[in-house]
Amino acid sequence: MASLQVRALSVGYGPVRALRDVSLDVPEGAVVVVLGGNGAGKTTLLRAVSRTLAFHRGAATGGSVTFDGRALDGISPARAVAAGVVQVPEGRQVFARMTVADNLRAGALGSRAGSRADTARSLARVHELFPVLAGRSRQRAGLLSGGEQQMLALGRALMARPRLLLLDEPSLGLAPKMAATIAETITEINASGTSVLLVEQNAALALRLASHAYVLEVGEVTLSGPAAELAASDEVRRRYLGITDEAAPPPAATRPLARWSA
Amino acid sequence: MTTFLELLLGGLSMGSVYALIALGFVVIFKATEVVNFAHASLLLAGGWVTAVLHDDIGFWPALAVGIASAAAVGASVEFLVMRRYRGQDQSVLAIVTIGVDILITTDLTRRIGTDVLALGDPWGDAVVHLGPVTLPQTRIAALVSATVLIGAFLLVFRYTSWGVAMRAAAEKPETAALMGVRLGRVSLAAWAVAGALAAVAALFLTVFPTPGLERATSLAALKAFPAAILGGLDSTTGALAGGLIVGVTEAMATGYQSQLAFLGRGIGDLAPYLVMVAVLLLRPAGLFGTKEPARV
Repeated sequence: MASLQVRALSVGYGPVRALRDVSLDVPEGAVVVVLGGNGAGKTTLLRAVSRTLAFHRGAATGGSVTFDGRALDGISPARAVAAGVVQVPEGRQVFARMTVADNLRAGALGSRAGSRADTARSLARVHELFPVLAGRSRQRAGLLSGGEQQMLALGRALMARPRLLLLDEPSLGLAPKMAATIAETITEINASGTSVLLVEQNAALALRLASHAYVLEVGEVTLSGPAAELAASDEVRRRYLGITDEAAPPPAATRPLARWSA
Repeated sequence: MTTFLELLLGGLSMGSVYALIALGFVVIFKATEVVNFAHASLLLAGGWVTAVLHDDIGFWPALAVGIASAAAVGASVEFLVMRRYRGQDQSVLAIVTIGVDILITTDLTRRIGTDVLALGDPWGDAVVHLGPVTLPQTRIAALVSATVLIGAFLLVFRYTSWGVAMRAAAEKPETAALMGVRLGRVSLAAWAVAGALAAVAALFLTVFPTPGLERATSLAALKAFPAAILGGLDSTTGALAGGLIVGVTEAMATGYQSQLAFLGRGIGDLAPYLVMVAVLLLRPAGLFGTKEPARV
């Protein structure tokens, strides 16, 4: 039983088509990754699920999005959050002028029937996943490092107790070591029962995390299948993993680097 | 020296009233990025309701109804007008508020006519002597009420969930929506709060030594604009500082007018705007405003 079902979804920003006939499933408890270059429509797909297309003057022109059998079309972003669909936006987007603690409080604002005890429990869990956030709770979020901000963005989303977490390029702009840490955390979050829809350009990292993968190109799904299968396919290896099977061409007559001259 | 102290305290008191108005102005700007030119009309509405009712139901109930009405007028403007324009450019919205202001103010000035309405406040023209300094009771009441209200507002803004939602929506609306913040409610609440604060300010703008509520009261309310702008349109601290600066500047310029005779008469009304221009020349975002970050 798929928890998130996207069927034949088309999205446009005014006259500009961003997605065409995209279908995708995120089964309950799975990690699904969407790969693709810039402008492929990955972020648009997440916006369509989290209901924030209107902020960018976009609208779904066809197809449907259902979560747990309930249609998400036409509801407000707040309703989507209440239904358990929570997005971590691209570029982290922490509330820079607010403290870390207030950022986490903001994350709990939309949670389903959030009692104080539940919120306290979520906070304890976030602090357990990211001890660094507990230590910095009085600090302004804008002063955190990029990696810490990504942790805060993840923690903030977890405060809403999501059933489906939408992640938009969580490794963007992070050092490889920090990206690996974030990846581990995503696995940990998933292990405790949250389904994950992950959008990434870092294909090597994403394919390791995911059970299922889709490749999006110019608004259309061009490849899909189990992550391991995709990782082994020539096309994905060549285009997204940067691996070529042909013997590398012999290096041309090597010349020491020199100042360019006419 | 006595004159100076009297002017300073009087100026601070007026300044705290301007700060109340400016605070509402800033709250709306933060929540919705709209420069609300209809603010003076909210103030006039609150004052008018209080003035009309105080004979029948007594001052305090009338004031409560006046505050509630101004909040209701603010909320209705948001709900009936501003909401229809959501997603439009902010400059369009600002112009829409000018239209709203003209509508509300025209209707109220028609009702007020040439009258000067008393609000029936309990202080009357009583004065208080603090050593050599003599101050009207109304000025002290204004200072105390404004301080309490502003303090309460800042505490709520800092510590409650509503405040967190408000600040989140102000900083990054789309991200706040992703957290489940209902932006419509945040903006509705901002307009209501701004209306309520304006109604309290209306009371203190019209009590002694001012004769009462008249058509020109909304002009007095306009002094909160330079206050909000010189403090920084997106800063609550800025609204307070701006309000006090405008109040004190105005009081000093009026009080020492005879020494400033070479500048012509009416310098007191002009001074707040001169200060605003001077501040903006040095700090274009206002004293506490956030500079627009520019990516190079």
